[in-house]
Amino acid sequence: MKFGVVVFPGSNCDHDTYHVISKVIGQPVDFIWHKEEEVDRCDAIILPGGFSYGDYLRTGAIARFSPVMRAVKEFALDGGLVLGICNGFQILCEAGLLPGALLRNHELKFICEHVNVRVERTDTPFTRACSPGQVLSLPLAHGDGNYFCDEKTLAELEDEDRVILRYCDAQGRVTDEANPNGSLANIAGVCNRERNVMGLMPHPERASESLLGSKDGRAVFLSMADSLRELIKLRA
Amino acid sequence: MQITSEILEQHNVTLEEYERIKQLLGREPNLTELGIFSVMWSEHCSYKSSKVHLKRLPTEGERLVQGPGENAGIVDIGDGWCVAFKIESHNHPSFIEPYQGAATGVGGILRDIFTMGARPVAAMNSLRFGPIRDEEITGEESRRAVLRNRRIMAGVVKGLGDYGNAFGVPTVGGEVAFADCYSLNPLVNAFALGLVRREQIFYGKAEGIGNSVIYVGAKTGRDGILGATMASAEFDEAAMEKRPTVQVGDPFAEKLLLEACLEAMRAGAIVGIQDMGAAGLTSSSCEMGARAGTGIEINLDLVPQRETGMTAYEMMLSESQERMLIVAEGGRDRQVLEIFQRWDLDAVIIGRVTGDQKLRVIHQDQVMAEIPNLALTDEAPRYHRPQQPFKVEAEDVKPKLEAAISNLKSQISNSQIADESPVFTEILRRLVASPNLASKQWVYRQYDHMVRTNTVVLPGSDAAVIRVKETRRSLAMSLDGNGRYCHLNPREGAKLAVAEAARNVVCSGARPLAVTNCLNFASPERPEVMWAFSQTIDGMAEACRAFDVPVTGGNVSFYNETEGRGVYPTPVIGMLGLIEDAKHTTTQWFKEAGDVILLLGATRNDLGASELLSVVAGAVSGAVPRLDLEMEKAVQQTCSTAIQEGLVSSAHDCSDGGLAVAIAESCFSSYGRQAIGARIDLSEHASLSGLKDAAALLFAESPSRIILSARPEHVARVKEIAERYGAACAVIGEAGGEHLSVVCDGQSLIEDSVAALENAWRNSLSFHLDRPMQAAAD
Repeated sequence: MKFGVVVFPGSNCDHDTYHVISKVIGQPVDFIWHKEEEVDRCDAIILPGGFSYGDYLRTGAIARFSPVMRAVKEFALDGGLVLGICNGFQILCEAGLLPGALLRNHELKFICEHVNVRVERTDTPFTRACSPGQVLSLPLAHGDGNYFCDEKTLAELEDEDRVILRYCDAQGRVTDEANPNGSLANIAGVCNRERNVMGLMPHPERASESLLGSKDGRAVFLSMADSLRELIKLRA
Repeated sequence: MQITSEILEQHNVTLEEYERIKQLLGREPNLTELGIFSVMWSEHCSYKSSKVHLKRLPTEGERLVQGPGENAGIVDIGDGWCVAFKIESHNHPSFIEPYQGAATGVGGILRDIFTMGARPVAAMNSLRFGPIRDEEITGEESRRAVLRNRRIMAGVVKGLGDYGNAFGVPTVGGEVAFADCYSLNPLVNAFALGLVRREQIFYGKAEGIGNSVIYVGAKTGRDGILGATMASAEFDEAAMEKRPTVQVGDPFAEKLLLEACLEAMRAGAIVGIQDMGAAGLTSSSCEMGARAGTGIEINLDLVPQRETGMTAYEMMLSESQERMLIVAEGGRDRQVLEIFQRWDLDAVIIGRVTGDQKLRVIHQDQVMAEIPNLALTDEAPRYHRPQQPFKVEAEDVKPKLEAAISNLKSQISNSQIADESPVFTEILRRLVASPNLASKQWVYRQYDHMVRTNTVVLPGSDAAVIRVKETRRSLAMSLDGNGRYCHLNPREGAKLAVAEAARNVVCSGARPLAVTNCLNFASPERPEVMWAFSQTIDGMAEACRAFDVPVTGGNVSFYNETEGRGVYPTPVIGMLGLIEDAKHTTTQWFKEAGDVILLLGATRNDLGASELLSVVAGAVSGAVPRLDLEMEKAVQQTCSTAIQEGLVSSAHDCSDGGLAVAIAESCFSSYGRQAIGARIDLSEHASLSGLKDAAALLFAESPSRIILSARPEHVARVKEIAERYGAACAVIGEAGGEHLSVVCDGQSLIEDSVAALENAWRNSLSFHLDRPMQAAAD
C-alpha cells in the first residue's frame, strides 16, 4: 500500500499530511511533484492544504491545470481513492471531480479554529472507521470554505447520501451557530457519486495526535488504510 | 549631475555626512553612489544613533551560536538542533499602507530566518494601535482617529495573516496593546523562528574570490525605492504621499524561494546567502562583502527586471520583495540555477566575488558606482546623540483612584452600603473588556496558528509552545513590552518587560534561553527620547544579566512620530525558552474542580501606571511597579521546579490588570474548553504581603507573581519548594463551580458568574471592530 501526497507550488500542509501517514498511522507514503504525469505508483492520492499557485486567480483555479491533475483525474475515474483537504477540496471542485464551489467565508475573514463536524455517512472509504453520527473535533484554517452549489446539485447530494460531514455543535446538532463559514446546509465534506473521491475543509492531519489537542482526524486516514488493504486483497 | 543641498535633503543626508562621504571616496559621489550611501547610512540600516548604546547589552551565553550582526541570532537546543530567531519592525510602512506594510514585514523576517538555513516553524507579532472604542470619540477629530485606528488594525492583522498563512508558517502568539500615542504611529513588530541543524547554518558572507554572485527570486521593480530612508524620518501631514515607498508582498513567491533556497543549501552548492531586504541589492552585496573581507562586482544589465528603462540608481535602491543574493560554491553555479528553475524562479549570475573589498556596479558598460564596502558598513557614522533626562514619575495615584472608585460606586449602587463587592465586580468586568486585556481571539483567529502540526499550546496562554518533532523538546516563546511603564520610567519599564517575558516562558514549563528585541522609539534627535533609549538599554542589560539570557540581536526603529507626536518608548522583548521534555508543557487555565490555587510572590501597592488607573480614572501616571530581580528569580525558580516535579496543573503570570484579572483569565481563557469558576480567599496572601488595601490586592500590577493550581496532595510540596527558594507562597483558593468569588478577611470583594465575565472578555474586540466600516478619515 502506498499513499501519495501531491506537492503543488504553494502547498503547505504537504509535510503535515506526510508526517501523519508515515509516523502516526505508519503507512508508506511518497510526495508527488505537480509536474509529474503519472501517479499509478500510489494506491491513494491526497491533495493537501495550502495555497496552490498562491490561490491568486481563485482558490484551486490554477492548480487544476497542472500536469499532475490530468493523472489524478484518470486515477479517480479508474476508482482510485482521492482525498482533498482544504485547498485540495477546492482544487477537486475546480477540476470537476466534486460538485459545487468554495466561496469566501461569510464573515469575509480567514478563520482558524477547532470546530465540530458530524459524520453523516460511514459508507465511504474515508469514514468507515467512524460511527454514524460521531462528532469529530477538527481544526479549520481557510478564507474560502463556504460550500455552495445549486439547488439541483444539493438535492442530488442529499438524495445520494453524498454529504459526508456537516458542521455541528458539541452535541452533534447541526445549527446555524455551529456553521463557521456560511456553508450551504452546514456542509463540511462531500464525495462523488462513486464515493471514491472526497473533499473536506477541516484538517484531519492537524488532529491526529493527542499532543495537538485532538486525535479525531486519524479516523480519516485509518479508514483509507483499511479500504486500501481491502482493495489490494481484492486485486490479488 | 551636481549634488545640491536639495538632493542631499531628499536623501536625508546631512552636510557633515556628505563631507564624510567625499572623504571616504576621495572624490564627489555620483547620484547612484549618493543613493547607495543614503540608504546604507540611514538610521534603519546603519543603527547610527543606537549602536554606541547597543554595545552595553550582554551578548554571550553557553548556548549561543550566533549573536548580533547576522540576519538572525542562533542558539543551540541540543541533539544537533539550533533555533534561529529574530524580531523586526515594520511600523512606518504599516501606517502608510497597513495591509502591505504588515505583510511585507512578515516576508522580511521570514527571509532573515531562512537565509540562515533554518526552516521557519513559528511566527508571532507585537502590535500597538491607537484607541478603537466608541467611548473614545469626543468630537470630529477623535471620531476620525478611532475610525482610522480600526481600519489600520484590521488591515495590519489581515496583512500579517494572509502572508503567514499562505507561506505556511503558524502565527502562534504575540501581543496587542492600545494607547493614544500609537494613533498615528502604529507599531508592527514581526517575529519569526526557524529550526536548523547545527552543521547546516548559512551566513551572509561573500567568500571565495572568483565565485559567482547569483540573483534569485522575484524580479526587480520600482517599488520601495528609498524605503529605508522613509523609515528613518518622522512623518508629517503629507505622509500618505509616501505610499509608493511601500512594497507589495507575494507570499507565494516567498514560499517557492524558501523551498528552493533550502534545497540549494542542502545540496552544498552555496557559500553565502543574504536576503535583499531594506536597501535591497545594495545592502545584500556590500554587507556580504564586508563580512568576508572581499568585494562584489555586479552587472545590472543582467538583473531580472519587472519594468523597462530602470536606472542603476533605481535598481540599487529598489526594495522589491522576495529576492535573495547567493554566492555559489566554485563550479556549482549550474546546480544552483537548476534548483531555482525547478521552482519556477528567476536565477541569474549577475556578478562575482572580487578581492578588492569594493562594491562595483556596472550598468550599460559603465561603472555606475565603486565604493569600498567598509565605507558603507563599518565606517558609517556613529552618533553619541545628546540626551536630556526627564523626571521619572513618582506621583502617588491613590487620591486619583479613590475619587474615581467612589464616583463609580455612587453610579452603580447606594454608596451607603459598606459592601465593596458590587464596585470591584464592576471594575473587573470593565478591566477584562478593556481592549488591552480583552481576549485577542479576533486577531489570532485570522492567523493559521496550527499549520506544520507543531503547535502544542494554541494562542491565549502566557507563552506559545511548539514541539520540535525530531526530539523530546518543545520551544516556548513570548513577546512582551509595556509602553506605559517605559513612558513613565524607561529603565524600570525595560526591566519589567524582560522579567515578564521570562516569567511567561517559565509558566509554560520552559527555561529562558535567549532574547531578541525590537526597540520602538520616537526621533533620536530629541534628547529626551535618546535618554529614554539609553535608559532602556541599561534596564534590559541588567535584567538579561540577572536571568543569564544573552541578547542575540534585534532591531531598532526610531522616528516613530507623526506631526510632532511620538510613541511611548516601547521596547518589545522576544523571549525564547526551552522545555526539555514536552510532557512538562504547562498552560495558564485551571484544569479541574478541586484543584488548589496558590499564589507565588507578594502584592504591593503598585497601582501607578496600572490598567486600573487607565480604565477607571483615564490617567497614565504614577510610579511604575518596583521589580526586585532576586525575588523575581526566586518566584520563577519555584514555579520551574514545581513544574519539573510534575506538581502543577496550571501556571499563570500575574501582571497587567493585576491578580483579579489573572485569576479570571485562568477561569476562562482555555481554548475551546468549558470555563471553570474559583473561590478565592486572599487573607493569607494579604498578611504575607503586609497589604490591607483591597484595590491594590485585586488590581495592583506588582511583578514577580505567579498563580499556580495543583492537586490538593501536591500543595505541601509546592510550599516546601517555595520556602527553599525564599519565595512567598500562599494558598488563595480552589477551582470549581460557575462563579468567581473573592473574599479577604471575611469581606466579599468580587462575586460574579464566570460566564458573564467571559462574555465581557471574549467579545470585546469583535464588538469594537466588527461594525460597519464607515468611510474612514483622511
